[in-house]
Amino acid sequence: MSDFPLLNIVDLVKHFPLGGGIMAKPKSWVKAVDGVSFAVSRGESFGLVGESGCGKTTLGRLILRLIEPTGGRIEFDGQNIGALNATEMMPLRRRMQIIFQDPYSSLDPRMKIDAIVTEPLRAIQSLTRSQRQTAAAELLEKVGLRKADLNKYPHEFSGGQRQRIGIARSLCVRPELIVADEPVSALDVSIQAQVINLLDDLKEEFNLSYVFISHDLSVVEHICDRIAVMYLGTVVELATTEDFCISARHPYTRALLLAVPLPDPHRKTEPFSIEGDVPSPIDPPTGCAFHPRCPCRFDRCSQQKPPLTEAADGHFVACWLNKGRGLENGE
Amino acid sequence: MNDKLLEIENLSVHFHTPEGVARAVNGISFHLAAGETVGLVGESGCGKSVTSLSILGLIPSPPGRIESGKIMFSRQNLLDLDLESLRKIRGRQISMIFQEPMTSLNPVLPIGRQVAEPLMIHQGLSKAEAFEKAAKWLDYVKIPAAAKRLNDYPHQLSGGMRQRVMIAMAMVCSPKLLIADEPTTALDVTIQAQILSLMNRLKDELAMSLLLITHDLGVVAQMAARVIVMYAGQVVEEASVTEVFDRPFHPYTRGLLKSIPQAGGRFKSRVKRLSEIPGTVPPLTDIIVGCKFAERCPHAFDLCRERQPDLWRIQEEHRARCWLKEHPECRRDIV
Repeated sequence: MSDFPLLNIVDLVKHFPLGGGIMAKPKSWVKAVDGVSFAVSRGESFGLVGESGCGKTTLGRLILRLIEPTGGRIEFDGQNIGALNATEMMPLRRRMQIIFQDPYSSLDPRMKIDAIVTEPLRAIQSLTRSQRQTAAAELLEKVGLRKADLNKYPHEFSGGQRQRIGIARSLCVRPELIVADEPVSALDVSIQAQVINLLDDLKEEFNLSYVFISHDLSVVEHICDRIAVMYLGTVVELATTEDFCISARHPYTRALLLAVPLPDPHRKTEPFSIEGDVPSPIDPPTGCAFHPRCPCRFDRCSQQKPPLTEAADGHFVACWLNKGRGLENGE
Repeated sequence: MNDKLLEIENLSVHFHTPEGVARAVNGISFHLAAGETVGLVGESGCGKSVTSLSILGLIPSPPGRIESGKIMFSRQNLLDLDLESLRKIRGRQISMIFQEPMTSLNPVLPIGRQVAEPLMIHQGLSKAEAFEKAAKWLDYVKIPAAAKRLNDYPHQLSGGMRQRVMIAMAMVCSPKLLIADEPTTALDVTIQAQILSLMNRLKDELAMSLLLITHDLGVVAQMAARVIVMYAGQVVEEASVTEVFDRPFHPYTRGLLKSIPQAGGRFKSRVKRLSEIPGTVPPLTDIIVGCKFAERCPHAFDLCRERQPDLWRIQEEHRARCWLKEHPECRRDIV
C-alpha cells in the first residue's frame, strides 16, 4: 500500500474541435470536460452523476486514457499516466478496466464468450490456453454464469447476462480500478438489482475501486461512498453519499434530487422542475454555467465562475451562495 | 365507475416468427374510465407496448396477428373498423406519444407543419388557420418563442423540446384518450419532471384519459390513479396506485417494488443489499403450462407449475393472478 490515492485527477480538461478540416482551424470547441479535479482512494466507490452532455462519459474515458486530455493531469497510484507511452501504459492498463453501458454493442457478436472474457489476458499476460480457460470459467461462475456458457455466442444471452459477461471480461486481469459507465441503465429493474448486487459483492471480494458513472441518482446513492455532480463539464458539488442525500447545497443538485419521481404514491407532490434545457457545451453561459436555469441566481453568478470550495468537511460546492466553511447558504 | 372509455377484453396478440409463435399478449382485459390515468407497468417484453399499439391498429401484420379479443372505445370495437374509420379516430379521439422523440418526428418536415397536419386532416382547417393554432399549441406546451419556431426542423430542437412537440401534435385535436408509451424514458430527470407536470396539467384541463406505459415505478406512483402490472403477456395484478404500493399481492409486483434502489436523501438508512428477482423473463415463444412467473417465484409450489392461476379478486378493485389467493398457507416468509 502506498500513500497515494489510487486515482488523482488534477484540473483535467478535454475540448473537442468542431468544424474545420485537415488544414483549417476548428471553428469552435466543445468543452466536454472543463477543469475537473478529484481523488479516488483504494476500495472506494466514487459516483459521477449528471445529465446527458455533462461530460461524465468523456471523463470516464479520459481516466483510462482511451482519449487524450487537452490539459491537466491524471495520476494513477502516484504515476502521471499522461507522460507514459503506449508500452509504459501496458502494465497500468492491467490495473484499470472499464464496463460499458450497452451490453449489446460492447461484445463482439462473432467471438465466443471464452474468447471475449480471456482477450484481456491474452493481451497482457503470458498464460497458456488452458490456464486462460480455467481463469475464464472461474470468473464466469463468479458473475453468476455457468462454465458451459464459455462456448456460446453473445446473442444467446439476455441483456443482464451480457452485462455479466462484460463484468467478467473487465475482472479477468484482476484490476484495482473499474470505470463503470452506466452499467445498469440498459437493464430492467429486476435485472438491474441483480447486477448492482453483483458489483457490490465483487467489490468486496476483489477489493476494487469504482468510478461509477450514471444519470440515475438512486443507483449511485446505493452503490457509492462519495458522489460528484457534473454540469456542463465541471463538478458543481462533491460530497459523501450521506451529505449528498441530507444536505445537498448546490441548487442544481437539489433540483436533481427533487426531480426524481419517488415510488411512493402517498407523496404525490408535483415533481419540482427547473426551467429550461442544459445549454450547449460549445458556448456555455458566462460565469456559473447553471445560472440561466438557477432559481437563486444573482448578479455575480453571470459574471464570475464560482470555484469548487470546501463548504464543510469533505463537502465541496461550486456556488456563490455558498459562503464557505461554517456558514450556511445565503438564501 | 360505469363510463368506461376504453375496454379491452381478452385481447391476444401473437407474432408468427421463424423461431415459433411469440405470444406477446395473452388474453388481457382491462378498462379505462373517462378522465382516468392508468399506469401499465412491466419489464421489456411483457407486452405493454404491443397492447398499446394494438389499440390503434398499429401492429405490423404480418408477422403480428390479433388472435382474439375486443377493444371497445366509445361503444365501438376498434378491431372491427376498416382503415378509413380507424384513421378518423387516430389523432382525433385517441392519440399516442412514443418513447423516442428523435425517431417519431419526421426529420424533413418543419415542426409547425407536423403539428398543423392533424388539424387540417381532422378538422378541415385551412393552412393558415392550422398554423396559427399550431403556434398556439406550441406556446401552450411551453416552447419558447413558438411562433418563430414553426419552421424549425426537429434536429434543431433538444430532446425535451422534441417531446413537447410530440405532445402538442398529440393534443391539437383534444383527444379523449392519450396513450403515452414511455414518454420520458429517453429524457433527463429535470426534463422528465417538466414533461410529466405538463402532461398532468393538460390532462386535467382537457379532461382526457391517459394510458401511461412505463417501466418506471416512480413515474407511475406520481402520475397514475390505477396500476396494471403485466408479466409475460398477461395482467398479473391490477389495483389502485395506493393498493399496489402499500399492499402488493403478486410476488412479481412485490419483487419489483423491493428491487428499486431508494432515491433522494429522504431515505437516510441505506439498505446494504437490494432484493432481487432471480432469473430472467421466459422467452415469449416458450409454452408455459402453469403460472408464467413460477420459475422465478420464491413461493412457487406444485400447483403453480401445473395450472395457470386466474386473475382473482383480492379486494374491491384489486385483482391478482396468483395461486396464493386460493392457498394462502403456501406463502413463505421472506425477509
